[in-house]
Amino acid sequence: MDFFIQLFTDPIGFYNSHELLIAQIGVNAILAISLFVTFYSGQLTLANAGFMAVGAYTTVIMSLYLPLPLPIDILAGSLLAAAVGFLVGLPVLRLRGIFLAIATIGFVEALRLGVILNLPITGEGQGLKNPTADPLGGIVPIVISLPLIAYLVWRLTHSKLGHAWAAIREDELAASSNGINVALYKMIAFVIGALLAGYAGALETHINFFVDPTEYSVTRAIQILTFAVAGGTTNVVGPIVGAFFLTSLPEIIRQASAYRDVVNGVILILVIIFRPQGIVAGGGLAIHRPRWWPESWRFRGRPASVN
Amino acid sequence: MTQQLLNAIFIGSIYALFAVGYTLVFGVLDVLNLAHSAVFMLGAVITYSLVALHGTPFILAALVAVLACGLLGLLIEFVALRPLRRRNAPPISALISTIGLALIFVAVVEQATPGTLFSWLWQDGANSVRFPVGAVPNPTYHIGGLTLEGTKLGILATSIVLMLVLGFVIRYTQVGRALRAVAENRRAATLLGIEVDRIFASTLFVSSALGGLAGLLFGLALSDISPYIGRDQVELKGLAVIVLGGMGSIPGAVVGGYLLGLIEVLAFVRFGSNVEAGVAFAALFLMLVIRPQGLFGARLKERL
Repeated sequence: MDFFIQLFTDPIGFYNSHELLIAQIGVNAILAISLFVTFYSGQLTLANAGFMAVGAYTTVIMSLYLPLPLPIDILAGSLLAAAVGFLVGLPVLRLRGIFLAIATIGFVEALRLGVILNLPITGEGQGLKNPTADPLGGIVPIVISLPLIAYLVWRLTHSKLGHAWAAIREDELAASSNGINVALYKMIAFVIGALLAGYAGALETHINFFVDPTEYSVTRAIQILTFAVAGGTTNVVGPIVGAFFLTSLPEIIRQASAYRDVVNGVILILVIIFRPQGIVAGGGLAIHRPRWWPESWRFRGRPASVN
Repeated sequence: MTQQLLNAIFIGSIYALFAVGYTLVFGVLDVLNLAHSAVFMLGAVITYSLVALHGTPFILAALVAVLACGLLGLLIEFVALRPLRRRNAPPISALISTIGLALIFVAVVEQATPGTLFSWLWQDGANSVRFPVGAVPNPTYHIGGLTLEGTKLGILATSIVLMLVLGFVIRYTQVGRALRAVAENRRAATLLGIEVDRIFASTLFVSSALGGLAGLLFGLALSDISPYIGRDQVELKGLAVIVLGGMGSIPGAVVGGYLLGLIEVLAFVRFGSNVEAGVAFAALFLMLVIRPQGLFGARLKERL
């Protein structure tokens, strides 16, 4: 409880005492947004952890071997992640639903176990030390980029592009018969997602002194999915709230932090059963009433209509 | 090399046994049950705790563990799947709720140390343990330069017999026909008087019992029992297996299991252990891109 009291009564003190937590929340929020973009267009991909790895490793390797300013390294990392996203998207985006999710899981693990652990330049299984890491300085770009990215993505979802994505998500066949180039718009969402994930990966290397290959496994990808789903995927605020809530959970419940994964799992199940649209979404505070729940235990508001 | 091939067959039968349960749920319920790997882990953990902490004979412990895993399957059905099915939620929702259950199962075992709530189940936290020496009878035979361990032969026999029994049940019995009918068309099956919910519950029971059995055999064969064996060793490889064989196809899962065992051993012999780890996922990725229906898959609703 102290956590929230300090957050609302003493924001500056909160910022100073939780800098690393805030940076991690920021990175996770950007990652959750990167998943949200593809989710918004109806694609469930778990490839974000892989794109993150591309961004992170590119940035650190460039700052190790090339005398360039850091922003250029980060930019290069993000762009390379987007390029990899394009190449992966070409074959993979023909798949749908669960098959797409599985194929992207295959991509993430093949990249990590097959490529990263076998190349000398990535330090193989040892990971890489980041000489330019600056945990305190690294927070500033994160805190600045998160609202910027959120705003841009919010604008995107309300543009012609966003409407096309929503149309594809609701009914692909109907969208394509209305003249929407489904393959193109799916690819755009996938590449933007890859770009954002690569950017988040690059930013994260700057607050850690170390790039650790185990960070970029499917476990991470599932964590990102958790942020987005728990927060809600109907608008861009949802993933941010999800990332904030779940990342700071161990801080909020200090005494139970050993059982963090139990709490995470319980939250996930409760959200998907009782509030499928996520914490932040339409329907106000409405809660879905499962059929086995006695009708006499009334909930406030009407059941949400979203799924 | 022949010894390596034998190992491929042993590990392949464990993959196959695990994947059969995985693919059974996918074929009947159209849901990817990501808690299956946690049940796999609990199969090994429960057997270990009965043998090492409570002094039960191995065979009895194994039976109890398989039964317990079947009951966990019912838990998955009632907590994570049925409420979503009632609402006609998209299949992705079930993916997420089963991830939630898997997180809980793994965390409970991982946090169990002496003196905690679950110390009757597990006392080694995140560490890896093996069955105490002598707890499991293991006669060893030497035939023409090959070492054949009794446990591994038992594993091979158990998995082949069980897969044959399952195949027989699905093909020739009334329950099997009902199961195939539900897999084919849920609504039509309901109209024909099949109790769909009961079929789903028994599918989850059988699938999880097989998963738990695969887990305890894995712990036996590889002498590695920890909260992470499901998540790290078979969860994603099991996905690779059912994709190779064709999602929802049981013969496909069996063939895919042995195929993956073989591919891994060949990659290990040829390129070393680092490449071995990644080869399953490269195979998975390529298979989905080139032939998404897998080797044996027939029907695919969500392909193109």
